Order: sequence, then structure tokens, then C-alpha cells
Amino acid sequence: MRSLVLWCPGWLVGDNFEPVAAAVDEVCAGVEVLRPGLLACPARGAARFHGGEEAAAERMAEAVEALGHECRVGVAGGLFAGWLAARAGVVVPPGGDADFLAGTDIAAIGRPGLVGTLRRLGIYTLGDFAALPAADVLDRFGFDAAHAHRLAAGEPPRPTVPRETPPDLTVTADCDPPVDRVDAAAFTGRALAERLQRALSARGLACTRLIVQAVTGAGETLTRTWRHDGVLTGQAIAERIRWQLDGWLTGGSVGDGGARPTAGITAVTLVPDDVIPYSGTQGGLWGEAGEGRDRAHRALTRVQGLLGPDAVVTARPAGGRGEAERTRRVTWDTADALPDTSAEPWPGGLPAPSPTVLPHEPVSLRLLDARGEPVAVTGRCLLTAAPASFRAMGEPRAVAVTSWAGPWPVAERWWRADARRYARLQLGLADGRALLVRIEGGRWWVEAGYD
Amino acid sequence: MPELPGVRRASDLGTVPQEDGLPVREGLTSLLPWRVLRRGSVVGVAAGEVPGMTSLLLALLSGPSGAGAWCGVVGGTGDLPARAVAEAGVAGERLALVPEPGAKWAEVASALLDGFDVVAVHVPQGLGGVTGRRLAARARKRGAILVPYGAAPGRIEGADAVLSVVGGRWSGLGQGRGRLREREIVVSSRVRGRPVRTTLRLHGPEHAEPVADVVPLSSRRRP
Repeated sequence: MRSLVLWCPGWLVGDNFEPVAAAVDEVCAGVEVLRPGLLACPARGAARFHGGEEAAAERMAEAVEALGHECRVGVAGGLFAGWLAARAGVVVPPGGDADFLAGTDIAAIGRPGLVGTLRRLGIYTLGDFAALPAADVLDRFGFDAAHAHRLAAGEPPRPTVPRETPPDLTVTADCDPPVDRVDAAAFTGRALAERLQRALSARGLACTRLIVQAVTGAGETLTRTWRHDGVLTGQAIAERIRWQLDGWLTGGSVGDGGARPTAGITAVTLVPDDVIPYSGTQGGLWGEAGEGRDRAHRALTRVQGLLGPDAVVTARPAGGRGEAERTRRVTWDTADALPDTSAEPWPGGLPAPSPTVLPHEPVSLRLLDARGEPVAVTGRCLLTAAPASFRAMGEPRAVAVTSWAGPWPVAERWWRADARRYARLQLGLADGRALLVRIEGGRWWVEAGYD
Repeated sequence: MPELPGVRRASDLGTVPQEDGLPVREGLTSLLPWRVLRRGSVVGVAAGEVPGMTSLLLALLSGPSGAGAWCGVVGGTGDLPARAVAEAGVAGERLALVPEPGAKWAEVASALLDGFDVVAVHVPQGLGGVTGRRLAARARKRGAILVPYGAAPGRIEGADAVLSVVGGRWSGLGQGRGRLREREIVVSSRVRGRPVRTTLRLHGPEHAEPVADVVPLSSRRRP
């Protein structure tokens, strides 16, 4: 299974390689992109079509040079040998892979550490390396080196996997005149959803994740990713577009910073992010559980229709030291982009049991000792006196502190400008309450309550 | 073994048989008229003089949630901390929160009763009258359980049971040492006109996070 390999020297990873792949695909069918700047295709068909491997390689190079990119083409049995052949710009004769590789400098396997060691051992070419017994290489240098060893020996010749052109399913609607009313936005959304639905169903596909983008006349862009455990139907897509545009135009949307756009919406784009073959509706794995989930989802969709998409949230654990940072509200049905870091160590975070109530707004408090003097925490993190009475802002009377522990210091991001330093206490009060309080910048605050 | 009469798995001991209802956690069974959360019933959680209502609500939700039920919380403490939810044994992925339903709270609760197994609704002013009857009827029709919470015990009308916290005690916190570790709350309810009270242990040692033992450096061995 011989391969044609095309290499563009100095290709930047971030550049779009797709046009090159498409241009090569026109000349030689079945292109596989190995990485940006490197692609391969089976040599047999192309060689037969163009009358020889050299001719096919020439046509490939011409197609890419026509786009203004520099490239080199090589032909060999395996992909690794093919890549080296492309760098050298040669055609390795059939069955000649091992001989071709044997004369190549050891640095071709990459892995600078391994190459350095091998050089010190007196192994300078891939041939020398391939001559070592495979079991000994694995034993001495590990799996990665064993893989490099197999490459150096010219095996295994993996057949190229043809590239599948990703169908471009993105749909865009330009709004002229710009949309600044909710009903007009809903109308646009409905038409757009139908177009996407038609494009998907024509290919027998369905979408489980959808990116909705809106651009305003002033150049602002709003993007949100919606996901669905099942499959997004045309109506569900239309609803999500309407919610999003509605939320943005009325400025009530919390998740997007709450900023109202300064100009009307000029374009709405739908990008199906996760597309799967559509195989009809599928029940849940455990029968009833799936049914329960569908029922719950329908009910939540109704609530989102009543109150807006941001009204329904789930609480996800998040990493942090402060109790408020340890919970992240994620709008129901939207994709959660941030990873869950709650399992990582957060020195200074309090162990279970966790508080059950977080104050909506910061509540300041006064903490006094037995003589009526305010309690503070010194720079060395010691309390100036044992707390004896507690009074939160807005409470009519002070309450006696019956038990307490702390202070536990937290120093966050001390290497940055937004550094924070505070200390916390747990308080048990005479009326049965238990609270977590914090002193920051000389003032006491209620951080959370154990209701 | 499980086929033998009268023999149960040790893991089944904490739960009660599911008779047209959802199981509740151990300790709450005696407070409910049917020892389970019967579908279509209304079980209130009242706010009292003694703190602990949120913990009681989470304890009530933990049984059904552990059995795979979907739970919704409308209003009030709708922004429950995720860690407290998980520590109480409530599955976060099956818990939907509607923190600010505003004036539409009854409509939201009604919509959730259509699809959820347990719907807790924050009703600081109490629940009764036309709205209360309508929501109770909806729960009955849909086989869901309505949990109005956050009002004084007497202001939740038409409930099959109203639970309230009447006492409680923390342990582990001393004078400048220790930390909040374990908690007991005394919960009372009326079952068929007869007052019942029971003590519920929260965050017992079985819920505690394992804390690594301190090992002297000299005794550490390379693995």
C-alpha cells in the first residue's frame, strides 16, 4: 500500500490547511490530512490515473503551488518513510523503504532526548537503530521509543484513511434592515431554523449541539452554545434562537454580561457543532429513566418559555476557596465550557459539611468581645480577643456567640494585582444558628450560613 | 441469598419498599403518614424559630433523588450551594433550580409538576386558597409530590404532612478550636392528628471527608 505524501515546509499550525487539502483532493482522490502542512493519499489510484507515481506527484505539487504555497512530494511504502521521502523529494522504489530509512540520520525520529542518548551509544542512522532487538529497545527506553523503533524499521505500513469532506452546514441570515424588535427576531429565527433543519435532514443528520451567533451593526458578536441530550428539532432550534435574541435585545440576559446591543442585529448564524447520524428517536438506556428525563426536559422547556432561558439553572460544583466560588450556576441546556475543578486541591477551602445558604447580597456584621471591643485579626492571623457577641446588619439585637473556631487564613493570587487576603471564622450562636464569617480589609462579612 | 424469604441485602436496609411512592431517607419515615413520599401528596416543610429548614428540605429530597427521581426547587433558596446539595445526597444533575420565578411562581410550579417527581416551592407567605388547591390538584393528577416550604407551619394549608425543625444541636465546634462537624436536628410532624417527632443526624461521620493522616517524614517510604 504505497502512499503519496505532500509536505509544506514551514506551515503554521494555526493556518487553514483545508484549501490545500481540497486542491490536492481534486488531483488525487482519498486525501488524509495527517496534520496541518502534511497530507497523504494512496498512490495506486493516482499513479494509474496520471500514468505513474512521478507524474501524480508532479500534478499534486502543481495543484498546491497554484495556491501559492511551497511544497514537496515523496512516495514510499509507509507514511513515515513517505514523510522522509517528501522532505528529500524522492520516490522510494517498492519494497525499498527499509533501505531508504537505513541511511537516514537518527534525528528523523524526532524525540531529541532519545536521539541524544542513541548518539552517545554510537547509533547515528535509522538503520543502526532498527538493527537493535525490538524487545531490548522496549525494555530499555519504553513504549515511545519502541514505537520509534518500529517506524525506523519501516513498519507497519498503515494504509491512508481517506479524508471525509466535512459538509458545511452553517446557515446565516442577513437582516436588512437590522432587527431590533423581538417579534422580528423570532421570525428570522424560525426561517433560519427551518433552513438548518432541511440541510441536516437532507444528509440524514441531526444536531445535538448548536452554536447561535448574532452580529450587530456596531460589530458586537454574541455567541452561545446550546446542547440537548436528545436531538434538537426544528422547533427547538427556533425557540433557542428566539430566547437568545429576546434576551439580548431586552438586555435581561444575565449570562452574557447583561449588556444591551448598541445597534440592531444584522446577521444571525447557526453552526451545528455536534452532528450525529439521525436514527430516529431513541429511548433512554434504562427505559423509564429516559422517559423521566424527557418529561423533565419538556417541563423545563415550558418554564424557560415562561421566564426566559436563563431562569432555569443547575448548580455545578466548582473549584474555589470562598463558598460562593464553589458553586457555579449554569443555565439549563447550555453547554458548560469550564471544566470542573472542584476535585483539585484548594488549600484554605473548608471541608464538609458545607454551608447551605449563601447571602444574596453581602451582609456586614459587628463582632465584639466580652468587654464590648471590636474583634479583629492581626497580621499574624491571631484574633485580638475571643468573640462574645454578634450582630449582623439589619438585625435588631446582638446575639451571644457560644462557640467559635478559626481564624483560618486565605491568601489568593498574592502574585497578582487582584490579590485577596482574608480570614474566616465559624461561629455558633445562642439562637442555634451556625455561620461562616470573613474578615477582609478590616471589615467582617457573613460569607455563608449553615441552615 | 436474596431469594430466601425475609432475607434482604444489607444495602436495602436503609430504604423502605416503594409502594406507589418514592422512598425517603432513614429517619424521616416515621414523620410521613405512609412512610414514603406518596405520589400525588403535598408535604410541607415549615420555617420555624429554629434554623435547619434548608437542611431538612435537602434531607427530604435526598431519598427520591437517590432513587432516580427528578427534583425541582422554585424560588427562595433556589441558589443552593452545589456542595451542600451533593453532601446531602441529592443528585445535582437531576435537580433543576428556578431561583427567581417572580410573580409567575405558581405557573412555574404548575409547569414543573407536569414533568418532575418532586417540586419544592418557596412560599414565604404560606400556601392556601385557590392557588394552593390548584397546585395540589395538579400534583395529584400528575402523580408528583408538591413540597411547599418556607412558611410558618400553620400557613401551609391542605398538606398531608408538614415537617418542621423544633430543635437542633451542632457538635465539633469549641471555644476557639474544632470545626462544625456533626449536627442533629429534631423534626416534628403530625401523622393522622398525632404529633410525631424524631431526631435526624446530618453530616455524620459517614459523610465526613476523609482527611489524610499526618505521617512523620522519617516513616515515609517511597512507593
